[in-house]
Amino acid sequence: MPHVADALTAETIRIAGHDGDEIRAYLAQPTGDGPFGGVVVIHHMPGWDRWSKEVTRTFAAAGYLAICPNLHDREGKGAGPDDSAAAVRAAGGVPDGRLVGDVEAAARHLRSLPSSNGKLGVIGYCSGGRQTFLAACKLPFDAAVDCYGAGVVGTPPPQAPFRWEPLIGLSPDLSCPLLGLFGAEDRFPSPEHVAELDAELTRLGKVHEFHSYEGAGHAFFCVDRPSYRVEAALDGWARIWEWFGRHLNS
Amino acid sequence: MCTYQTETVAVQGSGKGVATWFPVTTATVYFDHPQHASAEHTLNVDFLNPERGPSARVAVELTAASARALAEAILASLPRD
Repeated sequence: MPHVADALTAETIRIAGHDGDEIRAYLAQPTGDGPFGGVVVIHHMPGWDRWSKEVTRTFAAAGYLAICPNLHDREGKGAGPDDSAAAVRAAGGVPDGRLVGDVEAAARHLRSLPSSNGKLGVIGYCSGGRQTFLAACKLPFDAAVDCYGAGVVGTPPPQAPFRWEPLIGLSPDLSCPLLGLFGAEDRFPSPEHVAELDAELTRLGKVHEFHSYEGAGHAFFCVDRPSYRVEAALDGWARIWEWFGRHLNS
Repeated sequence: MCTYQTETVAVQGSGKGVATWFPVTTATVYFDHPQHASAEHTLNVDFLNPERGPSARVAVELTAASARALAEAILASLPRD
């Protein structure tokens, strides 16, 4: 971790997201003048919850400007994160185009901060892992981290109401180096999905680094869930710090 | 895993939320990560009334075994046509 002050400020702000819609975002900033790299945090499918905000603060404590837009704010209408996530699920999920617009707005906000060094990364968990890949193909970033994102490779199950399509075809447009962190026991994405994406990025000459953890399934970073796997999470965090340190601070 | 699979059923009835009873019009059913239950995956049911907003929800998260037992109990309890 590059930051030693270990001091930060965090608050909920409002940004103009996709189509100019006002949405809430959680912004955490290290104290000091910087310059700091920035990280857009894409929350997981359970929503814009306490854990997602804790992750956002963790990046600030490590010396990064960090912002986590509430992708469920429109459907949530001020409800709690669990009710909002259920409403989004019932409505068919977050549309891809809207996701890109919201992430672009969050990235724009980070770049506008006077302490920004102009470099930006993006990281996402669960559904946010897939959305990280999407954002990194559609928008200019300096580094990306996909944490067990399903749906980059492979088609959704037939009864899935979500409007997402496989993203692997966007791989030529990947704008930055990609770190992938996966659970070997996960089914979505499965080890076969991970291997297919790995091979495609290698074929295209895209800078990437994938790690799959034995004994871990989906959501192994989530400290408040039974899926938490301490060894995988600790190693994963170490790789995240190394990855963002290399690409956002140099 | 995140299955992303959701069964959606139109229903008629009522549910009791945090504040009061409300008419439920939709039920979503999915086997996925729970928000609260201490299990990696649970059978989750949301009884919803989308017209009344996202907080108009009665949610349950059940282990697979208890969900099956409940489903059998429901079918056993209903009058036969």
